[in-house]
Amino acid sequence: MELLLPGLGIIFWSLIAFIVVLLILKKFAWKPILTSLKDREDNIASSIASAEKVKAEMAQLKNENEALLAKAREERAALLKDAKETADKLVTDAKEKAKTEYDRILTDAQNAIEQQKNKALTEVKNQVGALVIDVAEKVLRKELANKAEQENYIKQLADGVKLN
Amino acid sequence: MAFKSIKYLLAAAFSLLIGFFPNASFAQENEQHEATAAHHATEEPGKFNAGETIIEHVLDAHEFHFFTVGDFHASIPLPIILYSPERGLSTFSSSAFGHGGHEIHEGYKLEKNKIIPVKEDGSADESVKVYDFSLTKNVVQMFIGVILLLVIMLSVAKKYKTNGAHKAPSGFQNVVEVAITFVRDDVARPNLHGKHEKYMPYLLTVFFFIFINNVIGLIPGSANVTGNIAFTAVLAVVSLLVILFSTNSHFWGHIFWPPGVPFLVKLILIPVELLGVFIKPAALMIRLFANMTAGHIVILSFVSLIFIFGNMSPVAGWGFSPVSVAFSVFIYMIEILVAFIQAFIFTNLTAVFIGQAFESGHGHDDKHGHHDEEVFAL
Repeated sequence: MELLLPGLGIIFWSLIAFIVVLLILKKFAWKPILTSLKDREDNIASSIASAEKVKAEMAQLKNENEALLAKAREERAALLKDAKETADKLVTDAKEKAKTEYDRILTDAQNAIEQQKNKALTEVKNQVGALVIDVAEKVLRKELANKAEQENYIKQLADGVKLN
Repeated sequence: MAFKSIKYLLAAAFSLLIGFFPNASFAQENEQHEATAAHHATEEPGKFNAGETIIEHVLDAHEFHFFTVGDFHASIPLPIILYSPERGLSTFSSSAFGHGGHEIHEGYKLEKNKIIPVKEDGSADESVKVYDFSLTKNVVQMFIGVILLLVIMLSVAKKYKTNGAHKAPSGFQNVVEVAITFVRDDVARPNLHGKHEKYMPYLLTVFFFIFINNVIGLIPGSANVTGNIAFTAVLAVVSLLVILFSTNSHFWGHIFWPPGVPFLVKLILIPVELLGVFIKPAALMIRLFANMTAGHIVILSFVSLIFIFGNMSPVAGWGFSPVSVAFSVFIYMIEILVAFIQAFIFTNLTAVFIGQAFESGHGHDDKHGHHDEEVFAL
């Protein structure tokens, strides 16, 4: 029965002891311990959060890089294509130009030839005229000497002249 | 008391350093001593009274008694502090009562561990009222526990202060941190609905206060502090005060006007609910007291079996001692677990009750049903 009867002394002393312990530990132990635990946890949490953020940023950067790379590749392809086209165009243009030039030169040459030909013909004609006049002069001189022979000679001359 | 000497056996039995043989020799020594000292015993001479010995060991006392060999009493006297309105304050050492505790000092006498005022002729003086504030062995041991707790916690706290929050814990700090985070994350946080920070100092103090006293109480030869109903009553009363200071109108509303039940049932429920407010901490008090005392009694019973058998015949006493010691060691292991579990249960239930006290009504005032079931379940 005595076991169940609380003693006054122990009630008094344990109450004092508990309150003293509570007050001392609350101020000097639990407060610093709990704050530093909380600080540490907050620190860890923020570290994890920032790590995640950095990771996300890295991923984003990588994506951006890849996008940039892809874009650069596309641009390169486009540039190459353009260059090729330009080159082709240049070649075609050059060819066409060359052809036109050739045609023009040909035409010029033909014209020149034609001109030369005409000039030569004119010259020939002039020479023929001069020759005719020369012949006529000679004939005229011979005619003065012999009439029969004169006629023969004219005939002979006329046969000898061939216009071609 | 001659049979207090078995406490020495307890010390031997539970110390893992000491094997069976030295143990048995103590037992024999005690048995022999029992035979010679039997006629000194006040109760039934020559007989070993296990029940009385056990109860004596779990009770509080005015001295630290370790063992008695022959006429040599290994005990530490403790200070006696008495106050009586008639005689004033008197302080003296418990050794003034003598070893048997029957000598009269300053008009007081020790009778069955209780100090009673006496007249000149030695008979009890009914006219004098005495208040006993003595530092009994429970009180002294509790003070030792308190000092130990303060030293440990303040040194750990100092480590936190010097190391700062960004350094990994080291040494004993690890052990304490595990316990603190356990109380915070598994006791306070789930039960206190976001207000746990306010109650953490109280819960931590209760937990460590009970735990350290439980652990010290396990040391053979030590007092049974947490198995003392006065000690658990103080803790329960403090818990009750904390619970009452945390209550809100919703809590009282549920007690004085339980919602969702017919009027007549309300009349029955109101006293039940009101009693519940006091029964909860009373259950805390009895649970801790009963668990710790029961553990001690079981261990002492197993050890006492040796002496009961030894009374029949020395051979039986010798033969039974290994069995007894084995069982005692087994129970002792369980007690180590119980020391932690009981501290946890007391703290956890306190947290649960505090949580219930300010469990807010918002959100379920319109649907009363489910909350009532909760109340009845507890």
